[in-house]
Amino acid sequence: MLPTPCTAHVPFDTIYEPAEDSYLFLDTLSSASETAWLTQHFAAPNPSPTILEVGSGSGVVLAFLVAHSPTILGRADVLSLATDLNRTACLATRETTTTPTTNASNPAAAPASHSPSPRANPAIKSTHLASVQSNLAAACKPGSIDILLFNPPYVPTDAVPRAPTAADFDADPQSRSEQFERESYLLSLTYAGGRDGMEITERLLADLPRVLSPRGVGYVLLCAQNRPREVVERIRGWTEGLESEGEGTTRRRWCAEMAGFSGTKAGWEKLVIVRVWREDL
Amino acid sequence: MKLLTANFLTCAVKGCKAAASSYPLHFKDAELELQEIDFQPEFIHNIIPRIDWEGLRVMANELGFPKIPDLKPEGDALNDEQTMRDLHRVLLETHVMEGRLCCGNCGHEYMIKEGIANFLLPSHLV
Repeated sequence: MLPTPCTAHVPFDTIYEPAEDSYLFLDTLSSASETAWLTQHFAAPNPSPTILEVGSGSGVVLAFLVAHSPTILGRADVLSLATDLNRTACLATRETTTTPTTNASNPAAAPASHSPSPRANPAIKSTHLASVQSNLAAACKPGSIDILLFNPPYVPTDAVPRAPTAADFDADPQSRSEQFERESYLLSLTYAGGRDGMEITERLLADLPRVLSPRGVGYVLLCAQNRPREVVERIRGWTEGLESEGEGTTRRRWCAEMAGFSGTKAGWEKLVIVRVWREDL
Repeated sequence: MKLLTANFLTCAVKGCKAAASSYPLHFKDAELELQEIDFQPEFIHNIIPRIDWEGLRVMANELGFPKIPDLKPEGDALNDEQTMRDLHRVLLETHVMEGRLCCGNCGHEYMIKEGIANFLLPSHLV
């Protein structure tokens, strides 16, 4: 098992604490099948992949992929970017991604059982470009992202909380009740998914054709109430972003596959991670 | 945030997405900080194809960096150590800690504080 990045510095009063869904992300990305797929997809000598985690929170998923990119992607020369609505999460992610990940730095997260000693990361260091305070991928240039990771707010709720504006982070809370209200609000952004738990995920999915590069691949986590099988079918029918790519008349299509899942209940997976990408017909 | 980040960012305002002048964003009153890291020429080689060179040159000129080649280095130019070292400094070692990023289309300015750029929009632009 590859070591989990240390998140001991993260203040979890407004940031999502790594949980079953986060760990499913780590297990999926480092599974033999996903590692093989990614290593082939991003084989050198192609340019360095740019990795974006949307709503990065503690940064544990992004830091894991970056720290173990030699194993997972077959190359260490990656650039990483993170976005989050919460400024504190941006700061936390920056620290998580720029702190070396080793067994020693986080003994609690690395059971010694069958862990091989971590291979020293090849020379490439300090590849985190920035953590940016942004709504989903709104600040990203079209076609700029090669690997996008999203563990969304997927819990079905009556409504999604309003999106924060720049002014929300201008002033510090004045009283305990104000502080409590603010913390509850920021935490609600980490889980509340509105109708079917899909309102925020739908916005991100709709932006994938714009933000992904031609070789780009997105990983999005869904829960059973999000109806992942229907989502997969729908993505396979996308027609946006298939034209004007490559040379000549190369025809492409959108692909979606379940790359990982956890817990089955009455034949349905509780959590699913879907891989979304384009390939030539 | 590393200077190179600007190569991947655009204005968050919906109406600006289709406007060519919304990229690159322009740094204003940028406070730069140098954070030295090991020189890794092979990393620079692999990053160069991902860079929008015109966007990088615009940014470097605005910030007063003198040594960005006019054209994206290719072939033999990639073996020129001084060029690679200059790029290493600009792309990987130079961070923007404070300042603003300004959209050339709508004029909106995004604040940068402690190296975190804030792309959340005011409510009238959401």
